[in-house]
Amino acid sequence: MNKLDFVDVLPAQQSSTRKSDLTSFEYSYKAEITNVYGLTDTEKLYQIRIINSDQRHQFTFKPGQFVMLELPGIGEGPFSISSSPTRHGDLELCIRAVGNLTNFLGRVPRGTLVGITGPFGTSFPVEEMENSDLLLIAGGLGIVPLRAPLFSILENRSRYKQIDIIYGARNPSELLFTYQYQMWRQFDINLKIIVDQADATWQGPVGLITEILKERIEAAGNDLSRNTYAIVCGPPVMFHFVCDMLINAQLPMQKIFVSLERRMHCGRGKCCRCNIGATYTCLSGPVFDYWSVLNMKEAI
Amino acid sequence: MLFKVFPRNELETLYDVLAGHHLVGPQARGKDQADQEIFAFDYIHSFAELRLDFTSTVHSLKRFLLPPREILSSFNLDNSGWEKHIDLGIYKPHVFFGLHPCDINALNKLDKVLTGPVYPDPFYTGKRKNMFIVGVNCSPQPWCFCKSMGTDTVLSGFDMFLTDMGDKYFVEIQSATAYDILMKLPIAQPTEGDHRRFVELMDERNSKFTCQVDNSDLTKILDLEFQSPVWKEWGKKCMSCGTCASVCPTCYCYGVKEYVDLDLTTATKQRQLYSCNLIDFAMVSGGHNFRPDSSSRLKYRYYHKHRGFQEAYEEALCVGCGRCGQACLSGITVPDVIDSVRRQEVPK
Ligand SMILES: Cc1cc2nc3c(=O)[nH]c(=O)nc-3n(C[C@H](O)[C@H](O)[C@H](O)COP(=O)(O)OP(=O)(O)OC[C@H]3O[C@@H](n4cnc5c(N)ncnc54)[C@H](O)[C@@H]3O)c2cc1C
Ligand code: SF4
Ligand code: SF4
Ligand code: FES
Repeated sequence: MNKLDFVDVLPAQQSSTRKSDLTSFEYSYKAEITNVYGLTDTEKLYQIRIINSDQRHQFTFKPGQFVMLELPGIGEGPFSISSSPTRHGDLELCIRAVGNLTNFLGRVPRGTLVGITGPFGTSFPVEEMENSDLLLIAGGLGIVPLRAPLFSILENRSRYKQIDIIYGARNPSELLFTYQYQMWRQFDINLKIIVDQADATWQGPVGLITEILKERIEAAGNDLSRNTYAIVCGPPVMFHFVCDMLINAQLPMQKIFVSLERRMHCGRGKCCRCNIGATYTCLSGPVFDYWSVLNMKEAI
Repeated sequence: MLFKVFPRNELETLYDVLAGHHLVGPQARGKDQADQEIFAFDYIHSFAELRLDFTSTVHSLKRFLLPPREILSSFNLDNSGWEKHIDLGIYKPHVFFGLHPCDINALNKLDKVLTGPVYPDPFYTGKRKNMFIVGVNCSPQPWCFCKSMGTDTVLSGFDMFLTDMGDKYFVEIQSATAYDILMKLPIAQPTEGDHRRFVELMDERNSKFTCQVDNSDLTKILDLEFQSPVWKEWGKKCMSCGTCASVCPTCYCYGVKEYVDLDLTTATKQRQLYSCNLIDFAMVSGGHNFRPDSSSRLKYRYYHKHRGFQEAYEEALCVGCGRCGQACLSGITVPDVIDSVRRQEVPK
């Protein structure tokens, strides 16, 4: 009988793909939920620590990247890392309960073991933004992916000029990270918060995020063309309005960065769920400059 | 590339030499309503089952590389936590006997995404590396537009490629293994006459292509006509069933789900092939759907295949096999869709 000596994938000798790449494909770090804080009715902040200390220290990410979090037998999903990159594998994820996995997560006790893969995707170029004014604009859950670059920026506050955070939520009870506003302000950050609907206790402005942005742009003499960078995170409808205003104020498109959300089932450019034409949001994104966004059909 | 010929009646010897392995090939599966034979790729157990004269198969051979469901990892669960097991599978070599150029080209296209340098997929790569492919020339069917896609011939991605010349087979040899195997047959150097005959046969085959699609400037046209009402009309016809993706040799998208077994001590993570025509393909949390209607999903399928992939790899993610059009209950075919977008009119 004739023999066909093929390579089995694992002992691959002549395969062009690196063995380590193949074996690491499904590998996930084992991590423990060390703390859970309820932020609102639906969102919780999870502190998640990669158990193996070597792996924890070696885990590095850039602000804006995401991980896949897996709860065996329940599900897996992409979540933005919301903690400081200097904390390595001591991660914070802020998760809204919307379905199978996220509702289940809301009920598990501390000490639960989860699987973490990643980090995946592109990041906000915080170094490139040094020596400039920053406009950080977040709507709703958009404050979550914005928090990682914010940590990086705060840790190097002196390298940046004026920093504005404009944050909009539907109502005051949906505001996230309220306990940190004081701290942000202490770093000489101009934090403006606006809600769609006020409640009895709300004393701040009511309306759309664009109103605050308008004031800020007018204060800059309707000219953001020099020395300003913007980061915009939020629901798809927000991008159009906010980014159009920024562009009208002459902020160059390549200085506006957005984080796009898409359905993601792999994070590795394989499942095609996040694909927008030629672009895999998980590989070329989730952080894009606005010029790239405009060049993708249906991106927002 | 080396060329050889061997007598037609020696084909069975070739089959016998290879039949010690798992061997997949085209076989007949009854008749359709028009009394035409239906073919499928499946495991072959005797030479008589192997139908190298097949027209084309309803399904591609995707299920051997990207099965509809595949276990990515499994877990042992207990009170203190879980243990993850990843079985990359030690794949047994499979012989694929009788792949048409379009299907080999489809594998070459899938390779670009799935075995490329960025996160190569070990499950696919493993199976792919353990394939021995015997290609065979086809006779164009009325729905084949591979010539327009440049996939009517194939230059790589096979071990040997057979062309039936009546009394003998003309073989193109691509791998040393294939050469070794052919040494068991009375092979001969093709004569001048064989060369002539081969070229004649190719000319004859070329003249038989009836279905065409005009691809010129297609990437630009798809961009320009992105908002065209033509897509809406196609959307009305499309039932969002996903059949087109399931029969397509180049569609690879999937979803991942985890399942706990009934005994609650084990669980698996599985991937399931999907289709961008299905309603929740691009739905995200909060209920926002980036492609809520059938027309935007159908448009995306074409846009990815003929615009996006073209940008990324300078070729389309379609080999013109026509399977999707044959399988679609609404009769939506690639040539019709592309023509209508080009001409801005929907055929009734
Ligand atoms: C790059 C990125 C970063 C994200 N960051 C965060 C974050 O920091 N915090 C947060 O709360 N959420 C985040 N999400 C959304 C989060 O991934 C989904 O809410 C989560 O996967 C839903 O899982 P589930 O099992 O609970 O939902 P399911 O029960 O599966 O479905 C509930 C809803 O979630 C949608 N959904 C399901 N799976 C996915 C998926 N893989 N990707 C996107 N939507 C999905 C469904 O369409 C459905 O509408 C992010 C998504 C992306 C793509
Ligand atoms: S094009 Fe045809 S096969 Fe594909 S989803 Fe629509 S109706 Fe189904
Ligand atoms: S899109 Fe249709 S014609 Fe093109 S490769 Fe897929 S099934 Fe064949
Ligand atoms: S998440 Fe799978 S391809 Fe991007």
